[in-house]
Amino acid sequence: MTTSDEALLADLRRVLGDRVRADSAERALLRRDASVFEGGSAGPTCLCESTEEVQQVVQIALAHDRAIVPRGAGTGLAGGAIPLGSPVVVSLSRMNRILEVDTEARIAWVEPGVVNLDLTKYLTPLGYHFAPDPSSQQVCTIGGNVGNNSGGPHCLAYGVTNAHILAIEVVLADGGVVTLGGLNAEPAGYDLRGVFVGGEGMLGITTKVAVRITPNPPAVRTLLLSFDTPRDAATTVSAVIAAGIVPAAMEVMDQRITIAVENYVNVGYPRDAGAVLLAEVDGLPDGVEIDAKRIAEIGREHGATDVRQAQSDEERMLLWKGRKTAFGAVAQIAPNYYLHDTVVPRSKLADTLEEVYRIADEYDLAVVNVFHAGDGNLHPLLLFNGQEPGIYDRVHAAGAKIVEASLAAGGVLSGEHGIGVEKQPYMHQMFSDDDLDHQERLRHAFDPACRSNPGKVIPVGHSCADIQSLRATPEGVWG
Amino acid sequence: MNEFAELVGNSGPVTVAGGKTRWHVGGDVHPEAREVRAPVGVVSYDPAEMTVRVNAGTSTTELTSVLAESGQRCALPERGGTVGGSLAVGENHVEVLGRGWLTTSVLQVTYISAEGKIVRGGGPTVKNVSGFDLPRLIVGSLGTLGLIGEVILRTNPIPPQSQWFESNDADPFSVTSQVLRPSAVLWNGASTRVLLEGHELDVAASLRSLSEIGAWNEVQGGFDLPKHRWSLTPTQLNTCTGTFVASVAVGTVWRDEPQPAHALPPSVIDISKRLKSNFDPTGRLNPGRSVF
Repeated sequence: MTTSDEALLADLRRVLGDRVRADSAERALLRRDASVFEGGSAGPTCLCESTEEVQQVVQIALAHDRAIVPRGAGTGLAGGAIPLGSPVVVSLSRMNRILEVDTEARIAWVEPGVVNLDLTKYLTPLGYHFAPDPSSQQVCTIGGNVGNNSGGPHCLAYGVTNAHILAIEVVLADGGVVTLGGLNAEPAGYDLRGVFVGGEGMLGITTKVAVRITPNPPAVRTLLLSFDTPRDAATTVSAVIAAGIVPAAMEVMDQRITIAVENYVNVGYPRDAGAVLLAEVDGLPDGVEIDAKRIAEIGREHGATDVRQAQSDEERMLLWKGRKTAFGAVAQIAPNYYLHDTVVPRSKLADTLEEVYRIADEYDLAVVNVFHAGDGNLHPLLLFNGQEPGIYDRVHAAGAKIVEASLAAGGVLSGEHGIGVEKQPYMHQMFSDDDLDHQERLRHAFDPACRSNPGKVIPVGHSCADIQSLRATPEGVWG
Repeated sequence: MNEFAELVGNSGPVTVAGGKTRWHVGGDVHPEAREVRAPVGVVSYDPAEMTVRVNAGTSTTELTSVLAESGQRCALPERGGTVGGSLAVGENHVEVLGRGWLTTSVLQVTYISAEGKIVRGGGPTVKNVSGFDLPRLIVGSLGTLGLIGEVILRTNPIPPQSQWFESNDADPFSVTSQVLRPSAVLWNGASTRVLLEGHELDVAASLRSLSEIGAWNEVQGGFDLPKHRWSLTPTQLNTCTGTFVASVAVGTVWRDEPQPAHALPPSVIDISKRLKSNFDPTGRLNPGRSVF
């Protein structure tokens, strides 16, 4: 530990006491998030319990010329929360109170550390839920959802996180506190709230959020359609949308992941199907019957070999349990996986999927696909054994090809995981220098000195000068 | 876009005009500002993708008609003017509950910067978190950060049934607890008009639920909207008096007079000023106009 670390620690402990963690185990743990990336050395981790504490920690970090990295549950998949250099980690997980729920105005004020699913569980008896439902919703936090503009299966109809955030209290990198947005219809000024969502912690630290709460629909129908091939499932998805139906969710799983899920949680998925499509419609009872029937017809027209409709809430929950535990089930197939996240136009889903399988073959890697088909949001999981020499280079190369294939199909780098350090090297493939320059101008307006989560999103060479001096650069974090 | 970029150039005050239907918003543009117009026309439209790429100078009437031919619509207001103008003003459709919010409907925006460069933010797909959200920043910025040239908008199917109903005795604030997803609930202080959309059977079921709180007659549309939009919280609407049309559960109120300006917090103004100076260092884009 350097002398400056000791002085920093002393100052932080004057504010937080034993809620400052700096032991080597903690630092090692926080080098990572849920991605395959690892950062430099996490600086002291501050377990803040209030906006004032966050503000004080930021001011102390500033006084010691240290960057800050906000951290929620650490479930990010793009390395957005890993520390680069040796920043002060501002943990928001203890700020986990639901402060106020107003069902008349359909708003809830929450702290950033509230777990996504805990909020929905709290709202359920009141007849409401929080619509974004990432696969990690049992552990991920609302603050993290704001940082990543998180999605989830039901964002097809309800929209991603940004559509559900009304106001955000933020501690800026200079220690100031500001509330962005508001509860009124069209808040005056630039849409600072809108741009803050998805800012990956680089625009400031979320300390309080007003979220829109969504009434629970009175009727829900969930269908499980089986197909011989992923192509049939993908073309069905396009056909449903083309028919003017916007289901609440449309999720596709290929055979390999379906079997893994079935082995893992035994929810009744067909093991012999080449792919399954989980489709859900919600709304009023008559309308959902009509839409469910039409989706079944469209499925059959496009090669569905079996269409099953959940007959009870229990069966419906079981079908969703399978989908939501898919990533956990992968552990049975391989010790490690790398989950990709790109989006293509829906009409290019089937072709891009086939390209993904081809790329995996080319690099001699196993791949399974489970994805938000309704949005065109692909999630190929490259499976591997991390102990195998040189394996990360192959996984990396295959991942790069998948990104290239998605962009070539008219798609984008990320649908819901964000850029973090993972997709940073690809930003030039999607954006021109001028585009990136303007993203940086936006970032500088919030954080002129680039102290909040530096070194992410904007490619090196485009970023703030101080990033050049970071000990760990994005190139060095792979593996 | 290249021609538009050349037109905007990189020096001298410049303003972009659409249909001038909301020209009053944000204050008067400096009289010396050179007036330019954005390109016109729908660039590409694939109904199955539920997205449309459209030039900013296109009239909303034309866009509405192109989309309707394929049974779709979008979140832009249908009150005249151009696509770019509506986005620059950031005005939502009066049926925002059914159409969705304007900001979430803009997937990609291409604009001309103060330096005369073509800049693109967002992406063409319905879901995208690649980089910072420039489209959010540009929508509602009154052309003070960049001049919109082209956008990709999300579209949505036109519901099978759309019917407006009016009641003189129903409590407007009880409507959203009676029906699941009304597309609009408008109140003018005397009567309430509700837009129900969806499958015919759903509309009928919602009307039956509405009947529990009042007597309803079918009408041909919503109310005529006064000129100026006010932004309130949904819970402030019950204090409205005089001549107004209020969008219940949204908070927008249309009135004959403009909403008095209220000061934004200093920290918000600081960030906003830095944005303006970072994006338009010489202040040449729509000088005189302000989002505050």
